[in-house]
Amino acid sequence: MISAIRNALRVGFALIEEPFDRLFGPALNPLAQLGALGFFFFWIVAVSGIYLFIFFDTGIERAYQSVEYLTREQWFHAGVMRSFHRYASDLMVVMVVVHLLREFAYDHYRGVRWYSWFTGLPIIWLLYASGITGYWLVWDKLAQYVAIVSSELLDWLPFFGEPIARNFISTGTLTSRFFSLMVFMHVAVPLFLLFIMWVHILRISRPKVNPPRTLALLSLIALLAVSIWKPAISQGPAVLAKVPAQVGVDWFYLPLYPLASIWSNGAVWALLAAFSLMIGLMPWLPPLRRAKPAEIDLAHCNGCARCVEDCPYEAIRMVGRTDGTPFPTQAQVNPSLCVSCGICVGACPSSTPFRRTQDLRTGIDLPEFSLKEIRERVVEVASRLTGPSRVLVLACEHGAAAGRLEGTVVMPCVAMAPPSLIDFALSRDLADGVAIVGCAESACYNRLGIKWTEQRFSGERDPYLRARVPRERIATIWASALAVKKAETEIAAFAARLTTLSPKRLRSPLPASVWSRPAKACEAAELREEL
Amino acid sequence: MSRALRLFGRFAVIATLFAAVAWFSDHPAYRQIPEGSAVMMLTFVHGADRRGECRRLSPEEIQKLPPNMRRVQDCPRVRRPIYVELDVNGRNVYRASLPPTGIAGDGPSRVYQRFVLPARTYDLAVRMRDTARSEGFDHERRDTIDLAADQLLVVDYRSESGEFIFR
Repeated sequence: MISAIRNALRVGFALIEEPFDRLFGPALNPLAQLGALGFFFFWIVAVSGIYLFIFFDTGIERAYQSVEYLTREQWFHAGVMRSFHRYASDLMVVMVVVHLLREFAYDHYRGVRWYSWFTGLPIIWLLYASGITGYWLVWDKLAQYVAIVSSELLDWLPFFGEPIARNFISTGTLTSRFFSLMVFMHVAVPLFLLFIMWVHILRISRPKVNPPRTLALLSLIALLAVSIWKPAISQGPAVLAKVPAQVGVDWFYLPLYPLASIWSNGAVWALLAAFSLMIGLMPWLPPLRRAKPAEIDLAHCNGCARCVEDCPYEAIRMVGRTDGTPFPTQAQVNPSLCVSCGICVGACPSSTPFRRTQDLRTGIDLPEFSLKEIRERVVEVASRLTGPSRVLVLACEHGAAAGRLEGTVVMPCVAMAPPSLIDFALSRDLADGVAIVGCAESACYNRLGIKWTEQRFSGERDPYLRARVPRERIATIWASALAVKKAETEIAAFAARLTTLSPKRLRSPLPASVWSRPAKACEAAELREEL
Repeated sequence: MSRALRLFGRFAVIATLFAAVAWFSDHPAYRQIPEGSAVMMLTFVHGADRRGECRRLSPEEIQKLPPNMRRVQDCPRVRRPIYVELDVNGRNVYRASLPPTGIAGDGPSRVYQRFVLPARTYDLAVRMRDTARSEGFDHERRDTIDLAADQLLVVDYRSESGEFIFR
């Protein structure tokens, strides 16, 4: 059931993300910046809130009057700020909800990722508490409606002796002190929300908390345009002797409020409890998957810390050397944080398939899918390649080529392949070209796999792809699991391009008889023996 | 696509999404009661009499108590439930026995009931029993009320004066 929902959502996201990717490009695609945009809108809400507080007066009559004054008389700055405050708050809800759905769709919530998923739950609660207390402060008809329904909901819980809702049904019971309390709540709850947002990203390496400047600027201008086109306004003063019969409900913050009168307060609490319980338990629902975490081989670790730099999950740290070798530090894996993506294997300078040792070992490796196995798979798969342009595909298990059979080696993440593996495949003449096929560019399953791969190939990040490797014989294809056709078309185009290239000059230092093409039939067997 | 056109396209998409969010921030409007109706609330907080009378403790009983907790009388804390009835145009619309609140059952009873009624004139009668009597009522009020559309009429009880009020 959960898998069916997840797959349907994944298809939905893939359909939406593709046109977004085309228009915005992967770097600016808002769907790949949801968390960062959430932070961005939080800061807009915070700054505009501080500005509005200058004009706000905490009194039963004065609260509404002061909000009206800033909206009508000072519309060109304070009024715009009010709209910024309202719409950025709504957009934050949109970002949080879409972010949650997307992480669920891409299966980013199980295993060691439980922490970020689980800490997202209090963010939802606090976000709603912040918004609802904000609506209360305006003290218009909507505020009256929110006050009555909120307090009726709270009264349903067996904590309060006297019904709180009684304070909002007749004049004389409400004092100005109440608004002081609400202002305090409306400041304290968002501050706590910010704290939990920080907790939420604690275990993420290089979290995106700021959207790209262009996207941020476009969002600000769009927010300004919308604020001028449709300014946020009040809905008439609250009159406790009258029922706020018809109100313009904010459907982002208050969708459950009408439900409270259609169902009952208990049913709304039951719905919220069920939702929270489900979200809270989801990371531990079957099927549970847990590959063995990466392991350090100290005999091959020189303490260079490249694996620490590249790990997207902060699962590796450097500690003092324990084996008596002259290096000051060594890498240490925290198994509870490791998702076994293998990016560290691709980052390790010891991960070179050219090594001639009988048992290929590297400084950090995955016990269930080692570099040695990858090299063996590459050699085996390459031995079956035929035709004028032999394309070896190194594929991410979450991308478009994950289900590909012919000429393909699938791994947890394409960044697990060290650049020297491409050099190896081409210089040993195992293939005429190597295609790296990963996830969609804006939806890398392991967040940084695509980025690190591209930086390694372009020489911006260790370990570099050697300059001698002909770049025209390498293709990087980023396509989601649903974009199989797109990936196949690009692989075919790459293969066709290879036929037009002049013969490779890159050759293995090993005897040509072992690695050359004519002896292909015996080549793989010999190479396997060699390895 | 030229850079400027592409940038405008991005802006148009973002602005459209934001405009949709702005629209849903107060549309469509929600009507919580039908047009031409009003709401009557029966709500009050009132503590009924204690269940039992205070009893004078014997010297032996006082002696058994810890020195810092010795007292002359033993007064049970538990309150009686309150019995309430509300009639609209002679028809009973609410009747309930309201238990006392609190873990020890010594808190006041409370009621918070909402009735949506068409706007018109009504004969209201509200009655309450808060003593040991098993029949009849200790407090009662009858009145004719003109309910206007969207009006919120509160039927409350003031413990200090011991009377129901309609406001």
